[in-house]
Formats: sequence, structure tokens, C-alpha cells
Amino acid sequence: MSIITIERKILEKNDLIAEENRKKFKEKNIFTLNLVSSPGSGKTSLIEKSLEIINKEIKISVIEGDVQTGLDAERVGKYGVPVVQIVTNGACHLEAALVRDAFRAIEALDTQLLIIENVGNLVCPAGYDLGENMKVVILSVAEGDDKPLKYPAMFRKASVLVINKIDLLPYVNCSPEALAENALSINPELKIFKTSCTSTEGIKEWCRWIASNIN
Amino acid sequence: MHELSIAEEIISIVRRYLTTENNSNVKTIRIKIGKLSNILPESLLFCFNASVEGTELEGAKLEMKYIPVTISCAECGENSNSEDYIFACPVCGSSKIKVLSGDELQIQEIEINN
Repeated sequence: MSIITIERKILEKNDLIAEENRKKFKEKNIFTLNLVSSPGSGKTSLIEKSLEIINKEIKISVIEGDVQTGLDAERVGKYGVPVVQIVTNGACHLEAALVRDAFRAIEALDTQLLIIENVGNLVCPAGYDLGENMKVVILSVAEGDDKPLKYPAMFRKASVLVINKIDLLPYVNCSPEALAENALSINPELKIFKTSCTSTEGIKEWCRWIASNIN
Repeated sequence: MHELSIAEEIISIVRRYLTTENNSNVKTIRIKIGKLSNILPESLLFCFNASVEGTELEGAKLEMKYIPVTISCAECGENSNSEDYIFACPVCGSSKIKVLSGDELQIQEIEINN
């Protein structure tokens, strides 16, 4: 009997490619956001509303990740920004290699802000670094204020929390204060925005924050 | 549910350490899984066994060691366990904490029958 010592991270290949992506984005002076959430929390709507405001002042490219269809790329493409759709065919998260390959299609273009919309899933994308500057977790009030406690890994890895669909507050059993408190108990460093893509409340503040990160 | 991709990564890393002489002799693969890594052990085991079926690794045992979440407080200096995923120091209540363990997703070693 013999033992071979390995002591390697299981996701080391992904981490390595993510670092290469990060280096490339930095060289090109691109600020990159990885948008993560459960399905239907409003990631694509938030991108659309943001594009309405900052598309003129910032050069934006978008990478869309979905299990199936190019519907999101069609929606975002209407704003005239370069969009690449990744269809994962069942995989529940984006990996760094998928982002690297998708980025090749828009590499030659001048981009200041790269928005990566991950597959809708509050669990798996937490484990996969894509090379982004920050993960932004989006949670709609209809999902309930206990979700940060139920899905702590995602809230711990994120730098920003967007509490979305706040126009629905009168109709749902959710306290945005409790939601924020729960999220901060997992990650006290989280920067929090409250938005509605229907009433557009909070969208300007969110966009101002994005713009403040662009050199 | 990304346990299948995790199982495939484990197999691909292990294969790099094997030769044609010993690749069918793997008895045990030992891995560390932190409680924060979002991995369901039963599901990972199922995916691993399904992936090695019919290959030279069939019959190898995947041994998983669970690593609890431990935190260190920047204010009072105490180290504690955080079983309920509460990221605050249980001694002084400060939220200025550093996670010491619980993020692991690592292959430790493989045991080979000679």
C-alpha cells in the first residue's frame, strides 16, 4: 500500500483561468461585474434599466449565461450593446473557461464595463470565480427576507447586494430591513442598494455607483 | 447541483498522478469538503461512482472529510466554531471576523494497493 499526496484544490483549473481572465480585464481597464441570483429576481431587467441610464456615458458589453435560449441576449441587444450569449445546456453555473471563450468575440471592442449575467441559481455560481472584480447578488423582495441565511455562501462571496422589486413590498411578506440585517450578519462588508425596475426607484443610485467604479 | 463537474474534476486531477501500472489499483481518494462549499456529499458520491463506472477507477472509494466553519475574531482574538453560519464572534459579538476554515474543496491524497 502506498499513499500519493496531492493537496490540490479541486477547482484549481477554474481558478487558474479566472486569474487569467482577471489579468486580461485589468490590462484592458475593464470593470467586471458578475450578477448572481435565483431565477426571476430581475437580473436582466436590472441590466436593461441600467443600460437606459449609463449606456451613453460608459462603453458596456454584456455576457449572458442561461441554461437554454438566447432570449436574454435579444432583450439586452436591443440597447445596442455588444452581447454574447452562453447557453450552458443544463449546467447550473458559468465557469471561467466559458467566460474566456465568450469574451473573445468582443475582445477587440472598447469596453469599460463588462456585465456577466450568471445562470439563475443561488447556490452553484458561488463556487466559481470568473475573473470578475465583484459579485453582485440580486434578491427580489418576493423571495423573502430569510434567503441570505439560507444561502450564506453566495452572500459571503458577494460585494454588493441589490434588493430588487421593492415596488412589490406592499403585497409580499418581506421586511427589507430584516433582509439587509440578515445579509449583513453573513457579510458585514456588503454594499446594499434597493431598486425597482418597474418604478425605477433606486436605479439612479445603483448606476451612479457603477459609474464611480469606471476609470 | 454542480457535484457532477466536481466529480469530473476530482477524477481528472487523480488521473494525472497515476501510471498505466497502478491506475487500476486506487483504493481510496481522500478529499476535504468545507461546510461552506455548497457540496452535497451524497450527490457527489453518486456522481463520482457513476463517472468511474467502467473505467480503471471503478471500485475506488471516495472518502470525504467534512471541515467545520471556524472563525477568528479581529477584535477579541478568539477562535470559534460557527455551526449555524452566524458570522459574528460568539464571545464578544463583533462582526469583524475572518473565516479560518470551511471553504475547503481539496483533494488530499490517494491510497494505492501495490
